[in-house]
Amino acid sequence: MVPEECRFTKEHEWVYAEDDVAVIGISDYATGELGDIVYVELPEVDTEVQQMDPIGTIEAVKTVAELFSPVSGTIIEINEEIIEDPETVNKSPFEDGWFIKVKMDDPGELEVLFSYEEYQEFLGEQAGE
Amino acid sequence: MALKTPLYDSHVELGGRIVDFAGYLMPVSFEGIVAEHERVRGKVGLFDVSHMGEIELTGSDAMKFADYAVSNNVGRLKDGQICYTVCCNEKGHVLDDLLVYRFSGERILFVVNAVNTAKIHEHLLKIREGDAEIANISEETGQIAVQGPASRDLLLRSPMFAPVKDRLKDLPYYSFLAFEHEGEEIILSRTGYTGELGYEIYLPVAMTLRVWRDLLEEGRSLGAAPIGLGARDTLRFEPCYCLYGHEIDEETSPLEAGLAWVVKLKKGDFMGRDALLAEKEAGPARRLTGLELTERGIPRQGCTVFHNDEAVGCVTSGTFSPTLGRSLAMALVKSSVPAAAEGITIGIRGKSVPAATAAMPFYKGSVND
Repeated sequence: MVPEECRFTKEHEWVYAEDDVAVIGISDYATGELGDIVYVELPEVDTEVQQMDPIGTIEAVKTVAELFSPVSGTIIEINEEIIEDPETVNKSPFEDGWFIKVKMDDPGELEVLFSYEEYQEFLGEQAGE
Repeated sequence: MALKTPLYDSHVELGGRIVDFAGYLMPVSFEGIVAEHERVRGKVGLFDVSHMGEIELTGSDAMKFADYAVSNNVGRLKDGQICYTVCCNEKGHVLDDLLVYRFSGERILFVVNAVNTAKIHEHLLKIREGDAEIANISEETGQIAVQGPASRDLLLRSPMFAPVKDRLKDLPYYSFLAFEHEGEEIILSRTGYTGELGYEIYLPVAMTLRVWRDLLEEGRSLGAAPIGLGARDTLRFEPCYCLYGHEIDEETSPLEAGLAWVVKLKKGDFMGRDALLAEKEAGPARRLTGLELTERGIPRQGCTVFHNDEAVGCVTSGTFSPTLGRSLAMALVKSSVPAAAEGITIGIRGKSVPAATAAMPFYKGSVND
């Protein structure tokens, strides 16, 4: 997934949409903030989710973060590889370290998320605080 | 306004992720907590511990007063020896854990946690007895910890320590030596907070950055690199060393926290002794217990511990142990829970995760090598 083509949330998830399927992960900024990820908990396939529902847990050595679904829809696939090897998320946040795929109810929801440029600005503002 | 140690600029240069810790801007990690953790277990790492507090007691009653202020038997120390101890209040609760260095009967050094330096300094002034000057020398004192199986080799190749090479080679655990370098006193102490062979160096603030850079350079081929507070915590967690604010605090007695071995009730009077004696006779209400999750999850400080669905205590520290690959915790639980209890669960964000008791320490390193 090319980061520039993703949409982003304030919680640092990224979404890459192909037709009505959204691939969801967390940004390299998020993995940097979390540090070494040691355990990932994901929802089950077929779970229905609403936009910004908490759907999973990311445990790093020093901290824990929740995973939010950036879009509403039905979970159609989870990445088993990151359950077995959570460090994949650190190594490859935009490729092998994706979390879930969601069949979107309304791709229009993507519009409320940050574009890549907006997300970069958002990170800049956070750093300035 | 957060304080900076003399090594702050170096941490930023080396890419350290900076956080506010006990009022100091400190690096939490450099290359990543797990990589740093493994470096110290396998090779050698350098820690900036300049934020730690140093309080010097001098005068003809320095030793006697030190012995009154803390629970361990400081009176038994010989010159050049160190002991680990706690400093309690009258209730027998822990104000801080600390190291006590005996230079002589007239000169004693307390090394305390950064977060407690001011508190302990004031406490000592308040309870002072006899001829004992009490000086907080933290701001003039830098501290570097060199920890890991290759730590001795690193120091032996450092020109700074060449004049004390032979003494350094044979320096026993919990002993120190003091020597002069460029007209200043340097203290080299065979102590640490990682479970590995290691040393702590106390030196003047003005010299700290240069020595830090020299040691990194001299140790490069041994694998030396800077280590942040994140790995400092996982490294102390595996050998089950207490951390103030976690296993011990002003609500906890050392008898509960597995520190009965530093409470010498027979040594004579000391601050907190009456309360600790009474507690020992009645039996401590809680006991520090090692736990391991038997299903996936990470226990964290504050998670509730259940025994047969009854809340019996709290996790004080917990993490995924990088060395052991297990989710482990230390917890203060009611003493009525049997030592090898079954039916333990830990509440982690609304879920109940099964756990088993685990022998402490979780890990034994090269500390005595």
